[in-house]
Amino acid sequence: MQWEVVIGLEIHTQLATQSKIFSGSATTFGSEPNTQASLVDLGMPGVLPVLNQEAVRMACMFGLAIDAEIGPRNVFARKNYFYPDLPKGYQISQMDLPIVGKGHLDIALEDGTIKRVGVTRAHLEEDAGKSLHEDFNGATGIDLNRAGTPLLEIVSEPDMRSAKEAVAYVKAIHALVRYLGICDGNMAEGSLRCDCNVSIRPKGQVEFGTRCEIKNVNSFRFIERAINSEIQRQIDLIEDGGKVVQETRLYDPNKDETRSMRSKEEANDYRYFPDPDLLPVVIEPAFLESVRASLPELPTQKVKRFQSQYALSAYDANVLASSREQAEYFEKVVSIGGDAKLAANWVMVELGSLLNKLGLEIDQSPVSAEQLGGMLLRISDNTISGKIAKVVFEKMAAGEGSADQIIEAEGLKQVTDSGAIEKVLDEVLAANAEQVEQYRAADEAKRGKMFGFFVGQAMKASKGKANPGQVNQLLKAKLEG
Amino acid sequence: MALQRSDVEKIAHLARLGLNDSELPRITDALNSILGLVDQMQAVDTTGIEPLAHPLETTQRLRPDQVTESNQRDRYQAIAPMTENGLYLVPKVID
Repeated sequence: MQWEVVIGLEIHTQLATQSKIFSGSATTFGSEPNTQASLVDLGMPGVLPVLNQEAVRMACMFGLAIDAEIGPRNVFARKNYFYPDLPKGYQISQMDLPIVGKGHLDIALEDGTIKRVGVTRAHLEEDAGKSLHEDFNGATGIDLNRAGTPLLEIVSEPDMRSAKEAVAYVKAIHALVRYLGICDGNMAEGSLRCDCNVSIRPKGQVEFGTRCEIKNVNSFRFIERAINSEIQRQIDLIEDGGKVVQETRLYDPNKDETRSMRSKEEANDYRYFPDPDLLPVVIEPAFLESVRASLPELPTQKVKRFQSQYALSAYDANVLASSREQAEYFEKVVSIGGDAKLAANWVMVELGSLLNKLGLEIDQSPVSAEQLGGMLLRISDNTISGKIAKVVFEKMAAGEGSADQIIEAEGLKQVTDSGAIEKVLDEVLAANAEQVEQYRAADEAKRGKMFGFFVGQAMKASKGKANPGQVNQLLKAKLEG
Repeated sequence: MALQRSDVEKIAHLARLGLNDSELPRITDALNSILGLVDQMQAVDTTGIEPLAHPLETTQRLRPDQVTESNQRDRYQAIAPMTENGLYLVPKVID
């Protein structure tokens, strides 16, 4: 049987406000337990929530960025359930009238095609606290610092058809909220968390299969693995004559499997109703226009501009625009170094692998955009070859100064004086007379590899400083002659 | 649609209310008489009337995004039954 996979995602993004959504407590991550939990966050009797305007503004920014309709009048509702890290016994969320309505996001797939994923809605809500189940003499410890942190829950349509597509979508949302500056995107700290709804159906069938929800997956890699293991579980189950039961599951990365969270099944009756403590929120058109005017250039717009302005491939443009910091770094390098294609390669390949090795983000790069741009300028004006540039780059990474300083101090300036190069070549040919004989006797097909040998010897003799183009040209003439 | 005893048991469980056997019939009757009132109201024609989320004719005021609360943990935890290392302690819950 051919199966088709159907995936929809719910992404919770913590909004990067200073204070909580309904109280004046700080939202700083990692503070001492319960030092950022006020009477409102503790759910004490008689307190009232007061909505944070910045959370509203950030939600509107997101809505505009995905071409969604912003609800002119949105309403908060209570979602009722009991859990110790939710002191009020309900979470303030939005149900019937969310702040962000239907929108969409275009994602770039690995084969270079663009797929449009529908966003059903996005709504504001408060985060819960944290339960610590380590042993406190048989008790559970509760930290309510996170309780009341603003969340924007972004619900997608069931538009994804593979784990890879799901990851591409999460990455696109991640990039977008970071571009907008409304979420720091730190998945390890839980700033962006993902619930995955997965089902399968026989290929060609219109009705959806029964879905399972995998809760709280917190890295791109785990999202892909969790979905793939859940797909396999469902296929095995059905092909063995079983039935998928709608339930919530947890992914265990160590065992690479999902397992049922049975305890919560019965409680899934949230009895939503409009929160009487909060009035309807009205979004005025003038406010919305001011938010629209404040939007930065968005990832998809940047990708298009990179392609047209710098003549980059769709792939390169997508990689470079994948984060705002990387895009800014790249543009600064181009503004100094000039050659956009060269800049793109250096940022993606050499800088990318350096940062990977050091485990750093691009805004922590040991080589600044100014330094890299300055070095590319020296490649373009033939002061150094691409090969020597790698040496210069390593030295810049080691903190030895600008490209010009390193080239000067290490005597790395490329030799372009053809007389000097010819002298080196004559020495190389004289020292390898036998190989020269063989080369001249060989047929055209075999010469390529042999030619490479002489180039290598010449570059070695010049300590890598001879201009490779000139070496090629002069060497050819000498060997033919 | 009248509520059965099992409906009331379920609602009581969701609300974490412990009702004993002698209370259940009384509560079931009371809830059913409220639903009777709802039935009466549902007979009213509400075509074209917008659902009401709140009885007040005003909209939500927003506050500026400023931290106005300071750490009062010691005072709040003075009335908590059990705390340790700054955490509130509750009977063990496992997901």
